[in-house]
Formats: sequence, structure tokens, C-alpha cells
Amino acid sequence: MGQHQQTQVAAAQAAAPGLEAVEFEPLSRGALIARGALGAAALYGAVAAGPLVRRAFAQSSGGDIEILNFALTLEYLEAAFYDKALAEVDLSSETKEFAQTILDDENEHVAALAKTIKSLGGKAVAAPMVKFPFSDEAAFLELAQTFEDTGVSAYDGAAPMLESKELLATAGSIVQVEARHAARVRLARNEQPAPNAFDPTLTQAQVLKAVKPFIQA
Amino acid sequence: MSDTTTPEENDTALTRLTRDPISRRRFVVAAGGTTALSALLVACGDDDDGSTTSSGDDSMSTTSTDMGASNDAIAQFGKGDIGILNYALTLEYIEDDFYKDVIASGLFKGDDLALIRKFGQSEAAHVAALTQTVSKLGAKPAPKPKTKFPLDDAQSVLELAATVENLGAAAYLGQAPRIKSDEVLGAALSIHAVEARHAAALNTLVDKSFVPDGAFAKPADAKTVLDSVQPFLVG
Repeated sequence: MGQHQQTQVAAAQAAAPGLEAVEFEPLSRGALIARGALGAAALYGAVAAGPLVRRAFAQSSGGDIEILNFALTLEYLEAAFYDKALAEVDLSSETKEFAQTILDDENEHVAALAKTIKSLGGKAVAAPMVKFPFSDEAAFLELAQTFEDTGVSAYDGAAPMLESKELLATAGSIVQVEARHAARVRLARNEQPAPNAFDPTLTQAQVLKAVKPFIQA
Repeated sequence: MSDTTTPEENDTALTRLTRDPISRRRFVVAAGGTTALSALLVACGDDDDGSTTSSGDDSMSTTSTDMGASNDAIAQFGKGDIGILNYALTLEYIEDDFYKDVIASGLFKGDDLALIRKFGQSEAAHVAALTQTVSKLGAKPAPKPKTKFPLDDAQSVLELAATVENLGAAAYLGQAPRIKSDEVLGAALSIHAVEARHAAALNTLVDKSFVPDGAFAKPADAKTVLDSVQPFLVG
């Protein structure tokens, strides 16, 4: 185990709930701001902020292909996360079973998104190099909850920007599955499966900053 | 559940508010979301319904369904986004009534009751938000339907709850591509995710798959949904 990985494990063992648990290296000011935004969104419901930030996002948007590549990056990240957990962490049989189901779903999302980007004449992004700070089932589940909740908010924030109604239907179909994953993981942690009446939304920028600690290079 | 201390049977949201800071915060969240949602929707117009989803042969076509004809069932609720909002409001009224009846039935205690209360509170918040939104758009909110549910035993009630929530999630998914306003769409997606969370949790409680459609959830058109809830409507 490399020194870097040990640092991650130590951080995970000292875990506080949420993204704070994975603060194992100095963060940029931007990442700290994003973390704050993520926390605020979770607490107060980002529905209120949604349209404003969506408009800001629209001005810099590269269209449907960029949004699909954003989604693809998240799905790659999630798939790698479950893959690594199933391979490296000693999980209970119940957790192993639903983690495998989730991994299969994320892999299908990756395949569908990559294929769609190509069919639209775009270039699918490559899978990011990732690193995750978990050493045991509890740390894994905690991070899984963060990833799934963030994934739901990411899709819900980005989907209204899609030009194509057909792609919107697909994004909706995927986000429903992400929400189901989130609820399943939360049940396993004895947490409220649906903590808010309105699921918060996040902008692309907020999401990318939030997941940055898990992406290398 | 870690944060669902069970209140007394006759407890109300209001008494809980004064006693429990966590519930109070949640109440503020729900109320804030409702107000913000409606405020955002003031500016959006009601236009005619021209969009239908179409099935193509690209790589994602497995998830899109042509629901143009079946969605005509929604016309009774109004045109365009108003019709969709009133259709959603009708479904939320049914869910809200369902949870109220389930809580009143006394079939549940402890963690299960706390979960049901929590879900019911969210449905009530959806009813309030949708009602307010339709009003702010200058239209008349759909009337509250009269309902009746078979509440025989805890297991069958949980199974019915799972059925209702899965149907609700599919109903929102079926309408999302037909919504004109980005603001209404954003709100619908936000509620859709909550219905999906409810469905997955209830499926897990009754030993069903939390992802019954696999990696891509299937939408339901308005006619299918309305036919499915018909047995619970009275008069």
C-alpha cells in the first residue's frame, strides 16, 4: 500500500459524515467552496437556486454532447467505485448483493452514454483515473451514499439543459435509477432513504468540484 | 432509522415543530422549497401541448416510448404544463391520502411508522407546492379526489405503498420530456427523484428489487397511471 493510499485510509477511518470524510489532501479554494455549496444544497434544498444556476450553465454549455460527457464521467467514477469496493473490501453478503446490482447498472449507464455520444458524432471522454478512501464496509457505504445523492442532484441539475427530448427521457430514466441506488444505500446505513421532499439539484461546476478529490491527474 | 424518533399517535406536524429542532428545520426546508418553487413559476406561461416523445433507433431508444396518444388522457387536467401539473397534483393527492389513512389505521409502529410519516410529509409538501404553482400560473388546481384504500394488514399495505410509489415515479418520468418550462421541469425532476427513493425503499422492505426495471427506469403514460389508480377513487 502506497503512502498516498494510507493517507486516504487514515482519513476514512477518521470519518465524519459526507464529503468531509474524504478530505485527505489539501484542497483548492474552489473545492472548498463547492463542498460548502453541496452542504448548503443538501440542507436547504437547491430547488430555489436551480433556474439561476441553470441559466449560468447554459451560457457556457457545449450542448447535449458536453452534458452527456459530464454524465459519462460521473458514471465512470461510480462504476470504478463499486468495482473497487467489491474487489477490495470485505462486504457483508447483503451489501455485496446490492453493490453488485448497482455496479451492473452503472456499467450499463456507461455503455449507453458512450454509445450515444458516438452516435451523435461526439467523442466520449475517457474513464478518469480514480482513487477512493475506503477500507471497510462502513466507509464504503458512507461514500456510496455521497456519490449516489450527488449523482441524483447532478442529473437533475443538468437534465433541463438538454436540447433533445429523447435524451431528456433517457437522463430521467437514469436519474430515477440513481435515486433508487441512493435510497438503497441509505437504508443499509439506517439513514432516511428520502431525506428531503424535494431532491436538491447541483450545477455541473458544483458536481465536478465535489468529485475532484477522487479523480487523479 | 437514525433520525426518526417515533412521535405519539396523535402527534401533529405542528407540535413536533415546537419540540424537535430537526423536524423544525425539515419543515423550513419543505416550506422554503414550496415557496421558491411557486415564485419561480410565476413567470412561466401555459402554452399548448405540441411535444411528444418519439422512439428512435439510436442507442438509447430502449428507454423512450411513444406516449403521444396515451397521454391524451391528461387533457382533462388542462393544456400543456398546467395539465401535467394538475395530473401530478391528482396523483400526489392520492398518495397523501393513502399515507394519512395508513397512519390512522394503526397497522404500523416504530421505525416503519416513522418512515411512513416521513414519506407522507413529503407527499403533503408536493401537494402544497403543486397547488400553489398551478394557482400562481393563473389556473385552477385540480380538485382533491375522494379515495379509499384496502388497509387489511401491514404486509399488504407496504406492498400497496410500493406499487403506488413505483407508479408515481413512472408517471413523473413519463411526463418529464413533455414539460415546456425549464422551471416546471426542474421541479418535476426533483419530485421524481423523491418518488423513486420512496419506491426503492418500499421495494426493499417487501423483498422486491429496488431497481425493478434494471438500469433504465421505465416511464408510464397518463392513461396507464390513471387506470391503475382508478380502484382507489370513490364516486
